[in-house]
Amino acid sequence: MKILVAIKQVPERDAQLSIASDARWIEEDGLNYVINEPDAYALEEALQLREQHGGEVIALCAGPDRVTSTLREALAKGADRAIHLASDTLGTLDTLALALVLADAIRSESPDLILTGLQSDDLGLGQTGVVLAELLGLPHSTLVLHVEKTATGIRVKRELEDGWFQHIDLPLPAVLTIQSGGNKLRYATLMGIKKAKTKETRTVEAATPATPATVELTRVFLPEKQKQTQMLTGSPAEIAAQLVEKLRSEVRVL
Amino acid sequence: MSTVLVVTEQKYDAQKNAAISRISLEALAAGQALAASLGADCAAAVLGDSSAANELTSKALSRVYLLEHPLLKQYTPDAYNKALEQLIRATSPAWVLFPHTYQVRDFAPALAARFGQSLISDVIAIRPGPTFVRQLFQGKLNAEYHRAGSDSAPGFISVQAGSFRVEDLQPGTAAIEAFQVELADGDIRTKPSEPFRESAQTVDLAAAPIIVSVGRGIREQENMPLVESLAQALGAELAASRPICDAGWFPIERQVGSSGHTVAPRLYLAVGISGAIQHLVGMKGSKTIIAINKDENAPIFEVADYGVVGDLFEIVPELTKAINSAKS
Repeated sequence: MKILVAIKQVPERDAQLSIASDARWIEEDGLNYVINEPDAYALEEALQLREQHGGEVIALCAGPDRVTSTLREALAKGADRAIHLASDTLGTLDTLALALVLADAIRSESPDLILTGLQSDDLGLGQTGVVLAELLGLPHSTLVLHVEKTATGIRVKRELEDGWFQHIDLPLPAVLTIQSGGNKLRYATLMGIKKAKTKETRTVEAATPATPATVELTRVFLPEKQKQTQMLTGSPAEIAAQLVEKLRSEVRVL
Repeated sequence: MSTVLVVTEQKYDAQKNAAISRISLEALAAGQALAASLGADCAAAVLGDSSAANELTSKALSRVYLLEHPLLKQYTPDAYNKALEQLIRATSPAWVLFPHTYQVRDFAPALAARFGQSLISDVIAIRPGPTFVRQLFQGKLNAEYHRAGSDSAPGFISVQAGSFRVEDLQPGTAAIEAFQVELADGDIRTKPSEPFRESAQTVDLAAAPIIVSVGRGIREQENMPLVESLAQALGAELAASRPICDAGWFPIERQVGSSGHTVAPRLYLAVGISGAIQHLVGMKGSKTIIAINKDENAPIFEVADYGVVGDLFEIVPELTKAINSAKS
């Protein structure tokens, strides 16, 4: 099976974020970037499928030069080769325009299966995989925890709301968005990191999308508080004493 | 007159009776408000079940479109997209609004793409403009979105659970209009099976009066006894945010949030939980919320009654000790 995993690079989860001076995005200088966590689960699912059924895993990441570090990590974890879709301006595209750029790059590879995380940690729109499927004319499923190969295609376990699940059968080729938690993530081994240096990373200039944006992010701002929060300060022991007092007199659970 | 079309979803009870889901009623309230601000009509679409459509005839809606077809009985993205594409082409609404559910996430982005549009997903507020507010970085920041370019095609919006109020849904009268959809077996490429649950539930989080909930801030599984001791001291049930259950440190039945349980205990003590929207929707109805987190900008503090910015590894043991001595 030829599996392509579309990966996004995002600021690490603990990053201290500040709003850029034009208030259109965050200040990017000095941030550490890592693989988007749901995409790490997509990569893991792809590697496990290849280990069971053979084939090839290709990691694709769009963005400026910094994203090559995330591609190297994917190679070190076991991806066979990588494609860097180079562009410094992808961040300004809306979902559809970005998916058009990705679809252009994916088409020539004709993978049997395209995996991506269900959403990104930064924008969190959760749409890229579904729109990719539409543009490529392929069936899709979302929030997938597990993929099994069948005689006619694949059977996936999909998460529904409130603790329910569902199996769905799809023919190949198909697009899946992967939910986190279906597998345990692997670490890159020393051997893997060494091997990654010999693997191919192809850089492709991202095509300029033909369609203008239909949706625009116009302002980033700090969320307003929904509640008046009383902040407790002091040494750990003082804070504990204040909390006990609240638990006793206000919350009345002690 | 232009129209805001709200696409609704049903929930089924144990007897398989259909009702419009709560988040769909919230989406209808959002749709009515958007329509009012634009001087437009608000209409609803119901797919699959006519009994659910009847429920909407007492709301202030210009029309309730009923899309009935054997291939819409069980949800598939192909059937829903084809049916809704036909309805939208026939009725040309200015806006199409969805509840932000797992099902909507599965089909609506592709439906928008069919009209050359990008969906603005997971909207938490609609302001004059219209300006749509949604969260970035798991709720650490908010952003305003606008439509750009031509409005010859409809704009597509999905709204987050709990962001609009069912109480604001305006009563009135609405007529049901059956809309004939053309669907064939060959249109459907995926085959869904019946939904199932993984295992019998052994804890009832929804009934717990006190919940101690733990998140990514706990870092390692070997640190879990810290919160277990705190829960024991308080006589609390233990719960967690998604990353903890993903890591396998707690079973999924202890997960709070949109993919787990919705809880509203007397006390919700959040330890090392930053408060992504997916978690907040599952617990923000709690009577009192205490949050301990090292990041003062963590969104959990937006819903907390009492907040502590600090190192949970120092504060939690002190708190456990103080509770135990207060009880003795």
